Amino acid sequence: MPLKGSRVVMALYLLFLMVPIYWLVNMSLKTNTEITSTFTLWPQDLTFANYLTILTDPAWYMGYVNSITYVAINTVLSISVALPAAYAFSRYRFLGDKHLFFWLLTNKMAPPAVFALPFFQLYSSLNLFDTHIAVALAHCLFNVPLAVWILEGFMRGVPKEIDETAYIDGYSFPRFFVKIFMPLIASGIGVAAFFCFMFSWVELLLSRTLTSVNAKPIAATMTRTVSASGLDWGVLAAAGVLTIIPGALVIWFVRNYIAKGFALGRV
Amino acid sequence: MDHRTQNNRAWFLVLPVLVLVAFSAVIPLMTVVNYAFNDTFGNNQFFWAGLSWFEEMVTSERLHSALFRQIAFSLVILAIEVPLGILVALCMPRNGFWVSVCLVLMALPLLIPFNVVGTIWQIFGRVDIGLLGYVLAGLGIDYNYVSDPVDAWITLIVMDVWHWTSLVALLCYAGLQSIPQAYYQAAKIDQAGRWSVFRHIELPKMRGVLLIAVLLRFMDSFMIYTELFVVTGGGPGNSTTVLSIDLVKMAIGQFDLGPAAAFSLMYFLVILLVSWVFYTVMTNLDKEEGR
Amino acid sequence: MAELTLENLAHSYHANPRGEQDFALKELNHVWRDGGAYALLGASGCGKTTLLNIISGLLRPSQGRVLFDGRDVTNAPTAERNIAQVFQFPVVYDTMTVRDNLAFPLKNRGMDAPYIAQRVAQIAAMIGMEAVLDRKARGLTADAKQKISLGRGMVREDVNAILFDEPLTVIDPQMKWELRTQLKALHREFGHTMIYVTHDQTEALTFADKVVVMHEGRVVQLGTPEELFEAPQHTFVGYFIGSPGMNLLDARIEGRIAHTAAGPVPLGQEYPALSGRVEIGIRPEYVALTTGEGLPVTVRRVEDVGHFRILRGQMGDVPVNAVLPDGAMVPGQDVRLSFRPDKINVYADSWRVSGRSLGEAA
Repeated sequence: MPLKGSRVVMALYLLFLMVPIYWLVNMSLKTNTEITSTFTLWPQDLTFANYLTILTDPAWYMGYVNSITYVAINTVLSISVALPAAYAFSRYRFLGDKHLFFWLLTNKMAPPAVFALPFFQLYSSLNLFDTHIAVALAHCLFNVPLAVWILEGFMRGVPKEIDETAYIDGYSFPRFFVKIFMPLIASGIGVAAFFCFMFSWVELLLSRTLTSVNAKPIAATMTRTVSASGLDWGVLAAAGVLTIIPGALVIWFVRNYIAKGFALGRV
Repeated sequence: MDHRTQNNRAWFLVLPVLVLVAFSAVIPLMTVVNYAFNDTFGNNQFFWAGLSWFEEMVTSERLHSALFRQIAFSLVILAIEVPLGILVALCMPRNGFWVSVCLVLMALPLLIPFNVVGTIWQIFGRVDIGLLGYVLAGLGIDYNYVSDPVDAWITLIVMDVWHWTSLVALLCYAGLQSIPQAYYQAAKIDQAGRWSVFRHIELPKMRGVLLIAVLLRFMDSFMIYTELFVVTGGGPGNSTTVLSIDLVKMAIGQFDLGPAAAFSLMYFLVILLVSWVFYTVMTNLDKEEGR
Repeated sequence: MAELTLENLAHSYHANPRGEQDFALKELNHVWRDGGAYALLGASGCGKTTLLNIISGLLRPSQGRVLFDGRDVTNAPTAERNIAQVFQFPVVYDTMTVRDNLAFPLKNRGMDAPYIAQRVAQIAAMIGMEAVLDRKARGLTADAKQKISLGRGMVREDVNAILFDEPLTVIDPQMKWELRTQLKALHREFGHTMIYVTHDQTEALTFADKVVVMHEGRVVQLGTPEELFEAPQHTFVGYFIGSPGMNLLDARIEGRIAHTAAGPVPLGQEYPALSGRVEIGIRPEYVALTTGEGLPVTVRRVEDVGHFRILRGQMGDVPVNAVLPDGAMVPGQDVRLSFRPDKINVYADSWRVSGRSLGEAA
């Protein structure tokens, strides 16, 4: 039952969301002189120089490579360990299961600020400072509980009878899990992977604390664009736009699953 | 009904998660606890300090102010984002081509790295190069988020609303979509007004997702760091220094390990407490609904 | 209460329907008498819910008119039609008490408090829920919630008709009987026009005075339960009503003998030459074991259902069933069945054909 004036509200809201992003894109296509000298709503002097700088300068593009690397490692790692654990929570009762589950969730509520320094010391002492794996592991702190939570929810929806039938049919547990169970919760795995990707990609505090040169994420590179001539706004804006693109692509490709997921809830 | 079977060997399945999270969480936490109760001169020699750091923190004026600012921030955020999110969810199209468009556009701010969110608004609010700042200045309004605390607060709040309202809206939308058509049909037959439909059908059915949304938003707003740091850095002065900003300053900036550690523990505890309250309320509601 | 008229009504879910197959509801003309208890019976997907939603106003028909007491309401919104609808699963307002649920439609129309209180008390007594009036609706059982839905529909005095869309679907089997009885009692006492949609023939036959049988979007028969049983107009009606359903055998008709693959069958009437697919139908209740002339049948099994038995057999590859009295003994071999000639129906292309009584033959 739509509200009166729905379209107006939606249009205004979407406008509100898109204008700042447009402004960033706008700025990324201007030269520095244009930015600092005049104020224009769209580039008078359209230039791709800012993007070129980023795409040709290793100091810049390695930032993206590093970010994607540790995000990918983290997603794979989180999902892999979360799958068996979620299965256990959804199928079995065991000693301490409720408490374990709650303890896991509390890690999602851990302020990164609290862990910044301890992580720094921990990973330094393990000689893992400034590696992709360090950031991937650190992000597991909040991504693993999230993945377990989401996957458990989806697994609960699969009836136990399917497991039992598979065992009667002679499947071993690993084979059953990979060939039968995982396809059934495919959308759950997709949702969990999406959220792991999202939370790891956007996080800055921990990823910056644990890296310096080799595994430096793009976010860290962006916070250091002060050159002799002051802040290079054009390049900064271009770098920002480039960080939005992976997210936009992911959303674009899963949009149908998301829309379907919402619609399926409807009887 | 609980269809699960009792089997303690399930622990093996949970072991990988346990190891990973223990490594990520327990070990660092132990370090924090260590620092909270000891004193060190940085030479790896520890002297038992008991609760002195905690006493210092609890009575610290600085902590009180940061806590106060943090609570104010979180409350204002919730007060704006929750009703706005519900409103947007009610206005979103239910089917057709525009559903995908709305979902994608609304999700975009959620996928932007936090520092870029900060950068976007840092630029946007500047009077010389930002659209918002320029327009406000053009209208004669004296706006400067760098030097004026009120402007800084307003900018941060608008930024967070811009950043996260979509999450609330999407969650509420999912809740709304799960309401069977028959309820709306019955309401038509009963000649219920639009507000009645909202109050008696939609809001009760959204209660579950709304609670999740409020919990998530409270937790995340209480932990906010990067976006805020990029825009104001905690300033002007310390007018926007909320808990995490202060903590990082203390720990990494000043290397005041003892107080920082005590601070950390209390910070974590507050979040745990509030979350536990929410969690209990949520599971009790679930029980009531017979889930 | 009102008389409902459906005029040239048809509906297609396609924007541009091109043929009959695009219509979920094929053209029909029908009058629902004021105060009648009707059942709309048919298999899933036969169009009965479509028809119900057109009557209640939740769906606008692509063709035709709907009239309440002669007044054209085809384009009137649901709120104006003064109908009540009970859905497949209970729709109650969870946050309100039972009392508030029942009062809701009246409150929305601005009725005053004493009147509302009186009506609520009256309806609560009718559905037997006075004891729980102040309980929250959420925690009640499914059948209690359906009763509340029903009560909410009846609380308005000027309701034109009450529509039921398979309302007993989520009710426990034990409660189904009780609710059905209560519905019937309510109808007898208050005389509302009631239209009850179901795919369960027992519900339809016990509730309704007249049953409308639908098949693939078309109304195939309207009649009392007896008419549906004795003279089904369509083979679907024969098959759907009765347990087990009607036996159907392909046959070639010559005068008053039907020649089936298993042998000749004497008919109760004389029939002209028929075109299309010709079948004879006879209900298992009118098939008997015979030691004389009859059709041979292979017995697959005999079921003992308590006070009668069902013989499930086969003539060729066509299943044939017979209802036998309790204790009937079936011989081990050479089993033959006879059909009561006056109870045989003849069908051409699935529609019933009337014959001429034998008395008129020369």
